Amino acid sequence: MGVSPFKGEVRRGMGLYDGLYYFGSIMTLYFTLNGKKTALDVAPDRRAVDVLREDCGLTGTKEGCGAGECGACTILVDGESRLSCLMLAAQLAGRKIMTIEGISNEDHLHPLQDAFIQHGAVQCGFCTPGMILSAAALLNRNPQPTRADIRTELSGNLCRCTGYQKIVDAVEATARREEGKS
Amino acid sequence: MNPYIPEIGKPVPRVDASAKATGAEKYAVDHYSDNLVWAGVRRAGVAHGRIRRVDTGAALQLPGVITVLLGRDVPGTNRQGIVHKDQPVLADEKVRHCGDAVALVVAEDRATLKKALSLIRVEIDPLPGVFTVDDALRPNAPLVHEEHPQGNVLLKATIKAGDSQAALEGCDILVEATFHVPIISHAFIETENGVAWKEEDGKVVLVVSTQAPFRDKWEISHALGLPLDRLRIIGPYLGGAFGGKDGATVQCLLVLAALHAGGRRVKMWWDREESFIAGYKRHAVRLHYRLGARSDGTLQALHCRLYYDTGAYAHLGGEVMALGMEHAGGPYRIPHTLIEGWCIYTNNPIAGAMRGFGVAQVSFAFEGMMDLLAGKLGIDPLELRLKNALRRGDRNTSGVTMTQSTGVLDCLSAVQKHPLWQERKTWKKAAGPFRKRGVGIAAVFNAMGYGRGLPDSALAKVELTTEGRIRVYSGVSDMGQGNATAFVQIAGQILCQEHIAIELVQPDTERTLPSGSAAASRTTYTYGNALIKACEELRRRLIGRTALILLSDTLDDLELLPGRVKNLLSGREIPLTALAAMMTPEDRVCISQFIMPVVRDKLDTGKEFVIGFPHLLFSYAAHLVCIEVDELTGAIDVKAYLAATEAGRILNPQAFEQQVQGAIAQGIGYALSEEVLMQEGHIVNPDFATYIIPGSLDIPEMVSLAVETYEPTGPYGMKGVGEVGMNGPLPAIAGALADACGIHMTSSPLTAERVLAALYTSPPP
Repeated sequence: MGVSPFKGEVRRGMGLYDGLYYFGSIMTLYFTLNGKKTALDVAPDRRAVDVLREDCGLTGTKEGCGAGECGACTILVDGESRLSCLMLAAQLAGRKIMTIEGISNEDHLHPLQDAFIQHGAVQCGFCTPGMILSAAALLNRNPQPTRADIRTELSGNLCRCTGYQKIVDAVEATARREEGKS
Repeated sequence: MNPYIPEIGKPVPRVDASAKATGAEKYAVDHYSDNLVWAGVRRAGVAHGRIRRVDTGAALQLPGVITVLLGRDVPGTNRQGIVHKDQPVLADEKVRHCGDAVALVVAEDRATLKKALSLIRVEIDPLPGVFTVDDALRPNAPLVHEEHPQGNVLLKATIKAGDSQAALEGCDILVEATFHVPIISHAFIETENGVAWKEEDGKVVLVVSTQAPFRDKWEISHALGLPLDRLRIIGPYLGGAFGGKDGATVQCLLVLAALHAGGRRVKMWWDREESFIAGYKRHAVRLHYRLGARSDGTLQALHCRLYYDTGAYAHLGGEVMALGMEHAGGPYRIPHTLIEGWCIYTNNPIAGAMRGFGVAQVSFAFEGMMDLLAGKLGIDPLELRLKNALRRGDRNTSGVTMTQSTGVLDCLSAVQKHPLWQERKTWKKAAGPFRKRGVGIAAVFNAMGYGRGLPDSALAKVELTTEGRIRVYSGVSDMGQGNATAFVQIAGQILCQEHIAIELVQPDTERTLPSGSAAASRTTYTYGNALIKACEELRRRLIGRTALILLSDTLDDLELLPGRVKNLLSGREIPLTALAAMMTPEDRVCISQFIMPVVRDKLDTGKEFVIGFPHLLFSYAAHLVCIEVDELTGAIDVKAYLAATEAGRILNPQAFEQQVQGAIAQGIGYALSEEVLMQEGHIVNPDFATYIIPGSLDIPEMVSLAVETYEPTGPYGMKGVGEVGMNGPLPAIAGALADACGIHMTSSPLTAERVLAALYTSPPP
């Protein structure tokens, strides 16, 4: 991800952390979250996935393994797919963060979301947000991927329900649809 | 999306897909609140031992720790279990596997919880353990449960038809082999979790990732001594389960924690490692088979001995073995069978339900035997299966007359006609250097429902709301299999309402009615049948009440249409909102019960099974797989996969394919890579870096053929399709490996390492 331009401020001393007084640091993070400029007071050593889920209420970001192996916690950091279970809160600073809640608006679903629904790519759905964000990162970089490209890109996102075929169908259909538009 | 009427037979997108794809769906794990506290468990870490002392002093002194509870603090019986109650909520005297819960901590936040768990000093005097069925069956073996009258044998059972021993001796040809399948993990992505709190009136509410909310309520009540009316269980959509959330995981622990949290919400969420260590597993099984046939390939006699390693507690072990034994002879006619089973306690993790409940294991063996027999007789393996496949009217290997839809022959015929089978010889020849190609097949089946001895029942409830909408109250969980959508389709079909006018309530013991567990491929069949009756009654009522308002002297002219009831003759109509306003609340609700039919044959054997034997209804499948084996590494690459599946009529082609494809993918994992590695009761690979489930590059493009029959007892002719696909990949891939390289492997998974070793030790074909 490179070196983060430091945009936060650190306050030393006694802080309120998870309802507990403790001696340490609380950092005010400034970052863009789903298109909105956001300032958040957090302990910088908390995991990004916890901050997003617990402090920001963005529970669409899931956690399946906590070790960077399943991809359920995938978010977009400056447009690239990243695993929020392996990121510390401080690494959000100065970044443009996109979670599943941010890729659609109230009127329109993101084309990938639409395709996942129509092509039956959602079963239990727990991997779906991460899967969609990984696919979005792929389409940003490579708008016309082959099925093999799609399988390679999604190989870091585990799904235990679908067998992946309908997920690949959905991503492929999205790429074709976008191609038709341009 | 434009409004449409969700109807039977259409590829209706899932009703839950949109909320899941936008991140809006609240799974149990997504429940947080202000003032939340966290609960966690200190695990034994010792496979077998006596608890000498648990020192909680340091943990209790840590600021932010609310309480630390031990076995003695559990009110009630402190025993969980579905059939046999032998599993403590918190260990009291002994620990019987590494994942046993020894202490429960409630703390202000996760960091404090983690710290507190590490401060608890657990002193356990280790006891010699039993880690294989052979260890456990030795005379004077250490006993996992000293009080169990049969020692380490949880259950020994026999299914018998005809005279297997005599018939085997008279057979023209006899094949014999021993198979091994390992422990595997469900590896659902949402690990076990829930949130519980005590309300002001003393009632405890639990929101939990569960397959069986109503059974949970009874289990918690029994284990914690709480009256049933003090418990409310809410079961949202699950992030996968596959059998692993069929039984108590966090339930009793969380309710116990809530009793000590002063009304605050308590959250427990096992991490992946804890899920591996403490969660349920698929049974490892050793299977000895002897199969006899005539020289023309007609099966004559079978004798099998099956040893199921059920781990430290009974859980569903006996029932899993019963279903495995019931399927041990495959979907074939074999006049003489003797099937013996031993379900054995060990100090390994607790084994229980997993998709293909006991059947996935025996499928490897009976299909492996068919391939061995075909090879020995020089008969085409598909012809051998076609020759012996069960037809309606036959007796299966448990002695049950097949009175219902029986489509295995049709599945095999569909595979036989497919280009992947027809052109296999050409395809195999095109393998590159150091590559061998093979094509394997498997015929499999899977029973549906609980079987005899336990009513497989559902209570459907449907309501016309005051807003003029239809609300279906589902009492059976949707863990991802899509039954919720099938329920909406049934309501849409009968009540002719648009999808946006139909709501679905997920299980909640105070709003929905007991409908059994999301298990045994039963949810759409059983609840669906009940819902058909409830919706038809509601339809009759809505038309009947409209007649009063529109002053119709006959019901024949009235039709229920989207949002209204219309008199087609006069053209007058009444909106459902108006109709709802004129009806009393109880008049707007219809409830109906359905109980699955059971086998009528009088059987002389299998009496050891308390519940769950035998079954009346089965789904069938024939699978074909094309693999390429790397002779230098032993790695198997799955190139193509075909499944022909018979599960009655199809209510939703998209949902049907989802079940078939997903089951194949899990089956490929079972065949090639998945194995929980044990060392003296410790799991060596409790994470996704070392326990390998298939990724998107490991699964080929799959072809699903629907072989439709009509099942007269099913809702719109359907049968369950959730499990049968799990049973095919392992035997089909093993068969393809034999076809490619001439090696019959009888231990799974077929990892590159094992295949390479077999390639080097077997004589060249």
